Amino acid sequence: MVFGFCMNSKSALAIRNGLLIDPAERLEGKYDLLLKDGRVVEVAATGKLRGKTDDSFNARGLVVAPGFIDIHVHLREPGQAHKETIASGTMAAAAGGFTSVCTMPNTSPVNDSPEITRWMLDPARGAHVNVFAVAAATVGSRGDQLTDFAALKRAGAVALSDDGKPILADDIMRQTLTAAAALNMPVVQHAEDCRMTEGSAMNAGPTAFRLGLRGWPGEAESLIVERDIRLTAETKGRYHVAHLSTAAALRAVRKAKRDHLRVTCEITPHHFTLLDEEVGQYDTNYKMNPPLRSREDRDALLAGLADGAVDCVATDHAPHAAHEKNQEFDRAPFGITGLETALGLCISVLHNRHNVPLRRIVELLSSNPARVMNLQGRGTLAVGARADVTIFDPAKKWTYHVAQSHSKSKNSPFDGKQMQGQVMATVVGGAIAFRA
Amino acid sequence: MPRTRSLLELEHLSADEISSFLKLARRMQSGKPQPLLRGKRIALLFYEPSTRTRVSFEFAAKLLGTHTSIINAVSSSIEKGESLVDTGKTLQALGSDCIVVRHPSSGAPHVLARNLNVPIINAGDGMHEHPSQALLDAYTILRHKRSLKGLRITMVGDIQHSRVVRSNVHLLSKFGAQIVLCGPPELLPDYAASLAPGVKVSRHIDEAARKADVIMMLRVQKERLAGLKLDVNSYIAHYQLTPERLKLAKSDAIVMHPGPMVRGMEIQSEVADGAQSMIEEQVHNGVFVRMAILASCLGVA
Repeated sequence: MVFGFCMNSKSALAIRNGLLIDPAERLEGKYDLLLKDGRVVEVAATGKLRGKTDDSFNARGLVVAPGFIDIHVHLREPGQAHKETIASGTMAAAAGGFTSVCTMPNTSPVNDSPEITRWMLDPARGAHVNVFAVAAATVGSRGDQLTDFAALKRAGAVALSDDGKPILADDIMRQTLTAAAALNMPVVQHAEDCRMTEGSAMNAGPTAFRLGLRGWPGEAESLIVERDIRLTAETKGRYHVAHLSTAAALRAVRKAKRDHLRVTCEITPHHFTLLDEEVGQYDTNYKMNPPLRSREDRDALLAGLADGAVDCVATDHAPHAAHEKNQEFDRAPFGITGLETALGLCISVLHNRHNVPLRRIVELLSSNPARVMNLQGRGTLAVGARADVTIFDPAKKWTYHVAQSHSKSKNSPFDGKQMQGQVMATVVGGAIAFRA
Repeated sequence: MPRTRSLLELEHLSADEISSFLKLARRMQSGKPQPLLRGKRIALLFYEPSTRTRVSFEFAAKLLGTHTSIINAVSSSIEKGESLVDTGKTLQALGSDCIVVRHPSSGAPHVLARNLNVPIINAGDGMHEHPSQALLDAYTILRHKRSLKGLRITMVGDIQHSRVVRSNVHLLSKFGAQIVLCGPPELLPDYAASLAPGVKVSRHIDEAARKADVIMMLRVQKERLAGLKLDVNSYIAHYQLTPERLKLAKSDAIVMHPGPMVRGMEIQSEVADGAQSMIEEQVHNGVFVRMAILASCLGVA
């Protein structure tokens, strides 16, 4: 495989013979694509491109989609480069078909200032895909004093969140929604009432009881989501639920959407694939926050992914070093890597087992994430859009080997798992950033 | 080279494997102790306080001719922040032939077993299991009852936080006992019944004690309540084993307690010291059972 560095390529790249799926343009069919100067310059029926071409990619038998956007990753810089760097994490993103990622602020120090935001977005970090910052909503993500949203937005932040922790206090959440709405920025909530989850390591229920682990009850998520939705109505804010994991929270989101509130949500591939009972004998690669849930919850998530209630699939890519995960279950950090397995799980689980059409999967991975995060000119392949393209083979079977991961960390529960749906090329700004 | 093995939990052992431990324990009790493990090094790695389990394993190991070393969380490099895995690797490099571990985290023995090559014996991990305790409980019951099959065995108290209960439930269920778990909802969730076949949940000690063959009482584990508030007077009123409540059980019922007891809380002294109490015998039998565990896990019996 090949990684490229140059963005906004000057040469004209044609992508020919593929099945183009662009949900934002309601386009699905045999089209060729011409990319130049970082933009889509022509979309034409197969063989009918008129513009001059320097390079050509033959996508015969492949799907050509607007570049995937992962709105929830942890790139660990600054401060935790032993787990991941912006360069290594975005290399994993490119390999997973993601042309853009939104990186969370729980770095060390927390990204609560324009200086840190600019540092993260600096080309010197060597990112392989587009990086957008989600900045901290409160100073130090301590939950008591709002950061300077306008300054953060000017520095390049696209959303606000204290991810890793919730914004817990009612009045702080109200202020956050109000101030963010004035700037038309979404507030991304890690919905966890920490007062109900002290010391917990997995979903509350029979498996936690059997293993003698403290349980993280689903209500700790849904009560926060319900509270936040009330505040969203009151403030006319924009609210996004990160890594939603319970049937009850999804019910609340459905109702908010019926009430025409600006409420959206994302679900991770691991939450729609795995169950709490699969944690086995204290395998810390099954420990994440929120935890894997019951079958009832998982089935509700699958229904929402299929019927449109869920907006995005996001990975919550959370790299941790081997020695950090190789600990007592209740001491090990939460989280797993996810960038390279997202498409494979979407196709294997959503498309194959639950008949979710490819168009809907592209919507979950690209057009909707662009809309949720206000990423203009992304999530579509309309003429004039950014030349970010993901080319994948929906039929190709492959096996994930975590040892070969591009991430610095190897904490995945999917090592050795066979999947269907492989990324064949990731095009960022008109240049090929990854090729299988 | 003898085949060694770890004892991490009872959940995944077969009834035959459990019986062989019990049979071996009987041999240990009936004969004069033999130095079956002469010269072996046993590390007793204790991250939590313990009296009976620690001394019992230590005596058992010494009676089999081993050298033992006790490592406590305080006064060792654990206090300086050495990880569990690194501590285990250190003990292995020092020539330990077996590590007996007591730890506040559920699954800690599994972490050691995954990372080391020596057998690991679980001497109690968090709220998960306490295999040697359940084996000695079964051993004690079988000294008074013909078989475990069909016995009505009631466990009362802080089920949620009890590793003793989980190990006992797995063991007794494999032999066809009827198990009744009794306690208030905050210490005994309904789904506890899903732990193993043949388990029922009861909220009333009178109902749970009625016609019981064995009553096991449990201490409320204040150190694991994690902020949960418990009304002590109400607990005593509803869940204490009194002489009157013991009368509801079968006339030949026995009373057990894994210790440490809080007299006047879960059990009245009259019952704890009464003729039906096997509490001291449990402790006594613990040494033979742990000899059997050590000999078996080190592959000499």
